[in-house]
Amino acid sequence: MKLLLENAHIEGIRYYDAYRKHGGYRSVEKALKMTPDEIVDEVKKSGLRGRGGAGFPTGLKWSFLAKPEGVPRHLVCNADESEPGTFKDRYLMEFLPHLLIEGLIVSSFALGSNATYIYIRGEYAWIPDILERAIQEAKNNGFLGKNILGTGFDLEIYVHRGAGAYICGEETALIESLEGKRGNPRIKPPFPAVQGVWMRPTVVNNVETLAAIVPIINMGGEAYGNIGVGKSTGTKLISACGNLNKPGVYEIPFDLSVEDFIYSDEWCGGIPNGKRLKACIPGGSSVPIVPANLLTKTAKGETRYMNYESLSDGGFQTGTMLGSGGFIVLDEDQCVVKHTMTLAHFYMHESCGQCSPCREGTGWMWRILKNIEYGKGKMEDIDLLWDVQRRIEGNTICPLGDAAAWPVAAAIRHFRDEFEWHVLNPDEAQV
Amino acid sequence: MANTEVQFSEQALNKVKEIIHRYPEGKQKSALIPILHLAQDQFGGWLDVPVMDYVAGLLQIKPIEVYEVATFYTMFNTKPVGKYVFEVCKTGPCMLNGSDDIIKYIEEKLGIKPGETTADGLFTLKPAECLGACGYAPMMQLGKFYKEHLTREKVDQIIEQCRAGKMELN
Ligand SMILES: NC(=O)C1=CN([C@@H]2O[C@H](COP(=O)(O)OP(=O)(O)OC[C@H]3O[C@@H](n4cnc5c(N)ncnc54)[C@H](O)[C@@H]3O)[C@@H](O)[C@H]2O)C=CC1
Ligand SMILES: Cc1cc2nc3c(=O)[nH]c(=O)nc-3n(C[C@H](O)[C@H](O)[C@H](O)COP(=O)(O)O)c2cc1C
Ligand code: SF4
Ligand code: FES
Repeated sequence: MKLLLENAHIEGIRYYDAYRKHGGYRSVEKALKMTPDEIVDEVKKSGLRGRGGAGFPTGLKWSFLAKPEGVPRHLVCNADESEPGTFKDRYLMEFLPHLLIEGLIVSSFALGSNATYIYIRGEYAWIPDILERAIQEAKNNGFLGKNILGTGFDLEIYVHRGAGAYICGEETALIESLEGKRGNPRIKPPFPAVQGVWMRPTVVNNVETLAAIVPIINMGGEAYGNIGVGKSTGTKLISACGNLNKPGVYEIPFDLSVEDFIYSDEWCGGIPNGKRLKACIPGGSSVPIVPANLLTKTAKGETRYMNYESLSDGGFQTGTMLGSGGFIVLDEDQCVVKHTMTLAHFYMHESCGQCSPCREGTGWMWRILKNIEYGKGKMEDIDLLWDVQRRIEGNTICPLGDAAAWPVAAAIRHFRDEFEWHVLNPDEAQV
Repeated sequence: MANTEVQFSEQALNKVKEIIHRYPEGKQKSALIPILHLAQDQFGGWLDVPVMDYVAGLLQIKPIEVYEVATFYTMFNTKPVGKYVFEVCKTGPCMLNGSDDIIKYIEEKLGIKPGETTADGLFTLKPAECLGACGYAPMMQLGKFYKEHLTREKVDQIIEQCRAGKMELN
C-alpha cells in the first residue's frame, strides 16, 4: 500500500492542476475545519514516528510545543538530507512538491506557525525552484497567504538554502544556521519545542514526516495507525543504494522482509552480476553495519523485517537500526575497511569542531583506518581504533560523535578478520 | 577586485530585499547564507574579502560574522575556482560504484590533482562528500545540477561540452 508515492508517476503531478485533480489539498480543507488540538490528536493516534532518523513520536513532540503568550511559534521543515545513503526527501520534493506543501499547511495550522521555513541542503540547488513554484501555485489557489479558505489563518512558507554542512541536519545546528550563523549544535535541553529559532518555540520535522501528515488527516489517525506492525505505523520511504540491480527510492510496507526487499524484482532486484551479499548498512551511514547472515535473519534465526523493531532486534551486538532509511548494500567483492574509511573521512570533514572527542577522534579514526587500508597498519591499531571510537561515544554535545563511532565499532565487531588481513598482507592491501 | 566594483545589480538588490523580508524584523542576519549564495553567483564564483564586507554592510552586521559563516560552509569558496567545478562525490555508496575510478580519470584527463584548477582557469576538481544521489552513483555536481551515473565516456562528453561553452550551470 502506498500512502505517499501513490501518484508519483502521474504526468504533471509536480504541478497544481494535476495534483489537485488527484485529490490534492483535501487534507487542508478537512483540517482547517478542525481545531489545532484535534489535529495533534489525530497525529498522536496515528503513531507516526519522525522519519528523520530518530523515530521520535511526532504527535508527542507536537504536544510539547510551548505556547507562551504573545510569542510567535514556527514550524521548520528539515530538508537538509545529508546522511550518506539517504536521498528519499530529495525524491519527494522533486517529484511531489505539493505533497510537502500540503503537509506543511496542515502542520503549520496545528502548531500555530504563520511563517514556516523549509531548510534545504544547498547542493539541492534546483529544488528550491520547484518548491517555490509549488508555493506560488498553492497561494494562487487560496491555500497559502492571508486568510486561507476564509478561516482567518495566515501562512507563508519560505525556502531557505543551506550551504554544504552535514551537521546542519541536526536540528539545533539547523536552527543556528537559519539564524545566519555557523552550524554549531546547541546543548539540549532546552529542546527546540521550548526554545528554537530566534528563541521562539519551534518544531523541526523531517520532509517525509510532514508529507505523512496528509494521509493521516485524510484517512484519520486511527486508520493510519492500523497500517504497519507494532510501533512502526504507516509506510516508510527507503533509499536503496550500493551494489543493487535497481537502486532508488521505494515506499515499503513495514511487514516486508529484508530478504524480499533486496532480492525481489518488485523491489531492488538482487545484486548485480549474481554476486553474493556481504554486508548492509540499512539506515544511513551512522547506523551499524551488519553482515549478511545477521541482516536477513536475527541472531535468534527469525526473519528480519524492514521496520524499527525488527532491524534493531539484538541491539548493537547483532542488530542495527532503521534510521533514516538509507539502505547501503555491499557485495562480496567490497572491502569493509575501505568503506569504513570513507565514512570516517566523511565524519571528520563534517564535525563542527566544538567538542574535542569528536573533533580529534574523527581525525584519529580516519588516519588509523587509512593506515590499515593502505597496508601500513599494525595489529595494535585495531585495538587503538576500538578505543578511540569508545571514547567518543556519549561524550559529545550532539550525536554526530556517536554517528561517527558506531560504524567503526560495528565494522570491527563483525569484520575484525578483514582488518587483520590488511595488517597481515600489507603488499596486497596497498593495491 | 577593487572595492568600488562590489555592487549588486538592481535586480539582485531587489532579490536581497525580498530575501530579508522572509525573516522577522530585526532578524535580518538570517538572510546571510542565501545572500552569500547570490553574491558568489554574481561575483565570479567565490567570495573575496571586499565582497564579504559588502554583504556585511547590506545586512548591518560585522564583517567577522560574515567571514565566520563563509569559512564554515563547504559551498562557499574563499579562493578563486575554475569556471567549471567538478565536485565528484567519493563517500561510501559512490565509492562502491566506482567513484575512485572517475576521479582518477578526471585527474588524468585534465592533468590536475584534487583541489587544483587547470592553467586555463576552466576546470577545478573538488572531491565532495555525499550529495544525496547515492542511488545514481557515481556522480558529480556541476553548477546547479547533478550529473549522475557517470562513466568515462560521460565524463568525456561533459568536458567537451564545457570546452565548447555549451554546459548549462544555472
Ligand atoms: N536524515 C538524515 O539525513 C540524517 C538523520 N540522522 C538521524 O538523526 C538521529 C538523531 O537525531 P536527534 O535529533 O539528535 O535525536 P533526538 O532523539 O535527540 O530527537 C528526536 C526528536 O525528538 C525531539 N525530542 C526528543 N525529546 C524531546 C522532549 N523531551 N521534548 C521535546 N522534544 C523532544 C527532538 O527535539 C527531535 O526533534 C539519528 O538517529 C540519525 O538516524 C542523522 C544524520 C542524518
Ligand atoms: C548529525 C545529525 C544530522 C542530522 N541530519 C538530519 C537530516 O538531514 N534530516 C533530518 O530530517 N534529520 C536529521 N537529523 C535529525 C534531526 O536532529 C531531528 O531529529 C529531525 O529533524 C526531527 O524530525 P523528525 O522528528 O520528523 O524525524 C540529524 C541529526 C544529527 C545528529
Ligand atoms: S559531536 Fe561533533 S558535530 Fe556534534 S557538536 Fe560536538 S564537535 Fe560538533
Ligand atoms: S555517497 Fe555519493 S551521493 Fe551519496
